[in-house]
Amino acid sequence: MPHMVIANTLRDGRVVFLADNGKWVSSIAEGALAQSDSDAEQLLSDGQNAEARDIVIDPQLIEINETEHGRHPSAYREYIRAYGPSVRKDD
Amino acid sequence: MALIKNGALTDDTFVDATELEQLPEGAVIVSLEQWREHKDALAGREVGVRLLSDQHPESIADDLEHFSVIALDFPTYRDGRAYSYARILRDRYGYKGELRAVGDVLLEQLHYMHRIGFDSFDVAGDQPLEDWQAADADFNNWYQPTNDGRTTIRDRRNSQS
Amino acid sequence: MYRYDEFDHAFMQERVSQFSRQVERRVKGEMTEDQFKPLRLMNGLYLQLHAYMLRVNVPYGVLSSTQLRGLAEIARKYDRGYGHFTTRQNIQYNWIKLEEMPQLLADLADIEMHGIQSSGNCIRNTTSDQYAGASADEIEDPRVYCEIIRQWSTLHPEFSYLPRKFKIAVTGAPKDRAAVALHDIGLRMHHNAAGETGFEVIVGGGQGRTPVIGKTICEWLTPADLLSYLEAILRVYNLWGRRDNMYKARIKILVNATGIDEFRSQVEAEFEDIKASPLKLDQAEVDRINEYFQPPAYETLDNADLSEQRAANADFDAWLKSNIAEHKVPGYTIVNLSLKGPDQPPGDLRSGQMEQVADLADQYSFGELRVTHRQNLVFTDVKQQDLFELWQKLVEIGVATANINRASDMICCPGLDYCALANARSIPISERINQRFSDIDRLHDLGELSINISGCMNACGHHHVGNIGILGVEKKGQEFYQFTLGGSSAEDASLGDRTGPGFSTDEVVNAVERILNTYIDQREDEDENFLETYRRVGMAPFKEALYGAN
Repeated sequence: MPHMVIANTLRDGRVVFLADNGKWVSSIAEGALAQSDSDAEQLLSDGQNAEARDIVIDPQLIEINETEHGRHPSAYREYIRAYGPSVRKDD
Repeated sequence: MALIKNGALTDDTFVDATELEQLPEGAVIVSLEQWREHKDALAGREVGVRLLSDQHPESIADDLEHFSVIALDFPTYRDGRAYSYARILRDRYGYKGELRAVGDVLLEQLHYMHRIGFDSFDVAGDQPLEDWQAADADFNNWYQPTNDGRTTIRDRRNSQS
Repeated sequence: MYRYDEFDHAFMQERVSQFSRQVERRVKGEMTEDQFKPLRLMNGLYLQLHAYMLRVNVPYGVLSSTQLRGLAEIARKYDRGYGHFTTRQNIQYNWIKLEEMPQLLADLADIEMHGIQSSGNCIRNTTSDQYAGASADEIEDPRVYCEIIRQWSTLHPEFSYLPRKFKIAVTGAPKDRAAVALHDIGLRMHHNAAGETGFEVIVGGGQGRTPVIGKTICEWLTPADLLSYLEAILRVYNLWGRRDNMYKARIKILVNATGIDEFRSQVEAEFEDIKASPLKLDQAEVDRINEYFQPPAYETLDNADLSEQRAANADFDAWLKSNIAEHKVPGYTIVNLSLKGPDQPPGDLRSGQMEQVADLADQYSFGELRVTHRQNLVFTDVKQQDLFELWQKLVEIGVATANINRASDMICCPGLDYCALANARSIPISERINQRFSDIDRLHDLGELSINISGCMNACGHHHVGNIGILGVEKKGQEFYQFTLGGSSAEDASLGDRTGPGFSTDEVVNAVERILNTYIDQREDEDENFLETYRRVGMAPFKEALYGAN
């Protein structure tokens, strides 16, 4: 199962994903997708380095399903973090 | 570690003997167990006792006259029991000696500790003294009386009217 | 209402400077998240699913129109143009940035507001009866003591690192609208045989994973001893509350483990030491604070005859049946503003609406309003002769749904849409229940009823004490909803009984309907409300309807 690393940025608390170039992006589509367990471990380790440098808080590995509608985290909680609340969609 | 007392860095004249098998000569701070075991030998010496966060000061209430310093431990800064121990020592037992905060003593809790009766602080020593002095001066307005000699807001309101 | 004097202002400025420094140290990496987290929590700042969430205290639910306008502007400037009112009478913003907090706190200080201790293991906002000072059934106005407790508990150096959070509520009326029996300390004002005011002190109530109705520790406490007694309770808790397991760290666990009689002895022992201290309240201090809570300049009015307007307008008539409450002064009434309309999540209000409500507060209610723990707002002092005009304006703003204390006046936590602690969403369920029961006639026929929804066991939605409680859980990646029936947070406090297995998202609203149809079938007459019926007939018919032949 592919994984991505999700976190919240320290300064504004927004949800971000670790990308291939080591940067943090807000769009799940642009984040790095780790296909193997060892890639996932490495990605998480990179994320934790960023935490140690006070860029993000609490980086976590999350499972991703690649669907025709885009990348959907398996856990609904992470889906909501990626795509926003299911309510107040007009705001 | 560094000791802050009266807003300045001070040398610690006490040896921390709590981990030692043999008690050295001179001024020592001992654990509650060591105090109980060696009380006769220690009484009359310059001695302090260190209480852990689960050791209520009533355990030394009858012995206060022997101590030049009482150290209260914060195993983590989140464990707030020593704040109540400090109040009890100062208010209920009338302890007037040095009350030292040891353990996880952080800059951001310094002002509370000072308010509650601690007058010396064993800190990690990796922050400039100015930061500590600034943190201790965070507030000049206080709502609650804590017997620390500071004038509360209520008293200042009363003296105005 | 209370106004900051120079000392309160000076204190606020010092606190804002302190936290600004702490934010700077954190952002520069001079403090770890572990060291910073309690500090930001003690200023009301959480890290939630999408962003930082700021909880601003509304002391005992009292707001001025100026403050509400300020809160509207903060929503615009720092958030997404709306705020959420909570079950502790506070307001929350969901989209805050840490780096903007120092400026935000300065803006809040300008309107005499803050998030100090709205989170963290310390004494939280003291809450109260939303009708305080105005209700016809009031024995004594609790607000003066709420303010005294607020000041005493603000940055109390002894009690800032408690085993866990600590919540105090005060009521001055026999009908308990403040849920005092469900708080760590509940204070019930009443008169003794000699006609003197005092407090019944209740301790160890709470919800969460282990809901408990509080126990009386002191039948009669004279006001002079209030702070000393509270300090004694807090000290016993600080010393002996569990610190090894955060799920067993509230005072309710300590009281249960110790037993109320032994706990009382321990508190009384501390109290003996403290009662003669400077904490003793003198009448001068009480009077000084009471000056802020003098009644507004009521006019001498007769009760208004609204029969013509009621006959001519069915909607106005319905609104009067549910949304107003009896005032102590003739010619006046208490008006509830429902934040449980169909167009946004329960308890939410947009900036524009806040400003419109503030203007109406100025025009119709002496510039003041209240927040209720059921997440609505109140104008406490409206002239009856103004009701029709006011109602029309409330309709325009969208805060006039005729559903107060009715099925669609739900308590609803933010749930999995916002909250990092949640297991399931709660807001969409409330929206669908709201839609299903949108017909006002049906709503009024169902009568007085509380439906409380929580998205996890922390019970911020107070599901344990709803007449119908709904708890969202997660099972195998799906959201399920469990019911409890027969809860109450009032003077007859009780915890709801579980019905049985939970219902899926698809089935849950139908299940609510089956529960309510059962009530209609079982009730003796229209005057017997849901809770009364449940207490009379018990769980069996409801269980049958939910899980029976179908």
